[in-house]
Amino acid sequence: MRIFVNGDQAEIEPGTLALALTTLGYGGKKVATAVNGRFVPAPARPATELSDGDKIEVVAPMQGG
Amino acid sequence: MSFYGVDLASRLLLGTARYPSPKLLAEAIKASGAEVVTVSLRREAGPERGGQSFWSIIRSLGVRVLPNTAGCHSVKEAVTTAHMAREMFDTRWIKLEVIRDDETLQPDVFGLVEAARVLGEEGFEVFPYTTEDLAVADRLVEVGCKVLMPWGAPIGSARGLNNVYGLKALRAHFPEIPLVVDAGLGVPSHAAAAMELGYDAVLLNTAVAEAGDPVAMAKAFALAIDAGRMAFAAKPLEPRDMAVPSTPVLGKASLGD
Repeated sequence: MRIFVNGDQAEIEPGTLALALTTLGYGGKKVATAVNGRFVPAPARPATELSDGDKIEVVAPMQGG
Repeated sequence: MSFYGVDLASRLLLGTARYPSPKLLAEAIKASGAEVVTVSLRREAGPERGGQSFWSIIRSLGVRVLPNTAGCHSVKEAVTTAHMAREMFDTRWIKLEVIRDDETLQPDVFGLVEAARVLGEEGFEVFPYTTEDLAVADRLVEVGCKVLMPWGAPIGSARGLNNVYGLKALRAHFPEIPLVVDAGLGVPSHAAAAMELGYDAVLLNTAVAEAGDPVAMAKAFALAIDAGRMAFAAKPLEPRDMAVPSTPVLGKASLGD
């Protein structure tokens, strides 16, 4: 299925957010996630099923003022 | 000085953006003596995963982080970003920015108050980036903010304290609330001036990061902040319109015609 990760299209197998993060190379990384504009806490990722067209945001600590 | 019950010795809070290199960022933080640095959350992109290495630098310095909601233009965006930041950095602190105008980065003070209310009810300890508007500050305190961070001037503008009268009024109105001048400072004398007004601390970023020598500038700001605070505690003179001779007039020799 096709999802959007940080604005870019990605083709992944249907499954959970946790699975998608591993597939996309974010496994074990310090990131926070949102799906369709809603925050998904880390413990909820394995139970969050993704749907075709979902927009996923994966953010990390960055420089800021 | 304490923010939400956390005692801090340094009155300088430092931003982590726009440094020429990670090495200079780390050295500038050390030179500044800052115990709190601001950080953000951004999309983790590219194979290098830059956020992970940035985070390891910050962690190695042993400083407390104050995550921001920079770039958020709506209450929803700011609140969601705060949720992500709380999980990421394991802190209830949030530097709350809700921006209205892209040219001046002027806060949307209506959205700011609403977001502060929502986050306060959820247990966040909010550091609102606001203007020097007294009525807005009052609303922020009303919804639970125990720190206020009015701008000196627009972010990154290096203009200093645009409205000294407004900042003084805020200080007078909120004698017990920690007040931090956040944004717009360019040189250490601006920071000293803020401290001389009785402000509790200063939050800086661009003035240090984009200086020719960020490490030396970080130290210069730290010294100015200490000097300004010491001057405030020493009760400075109020400006007067007329001259007042410093040398005693009494006892002057009569030498005229």
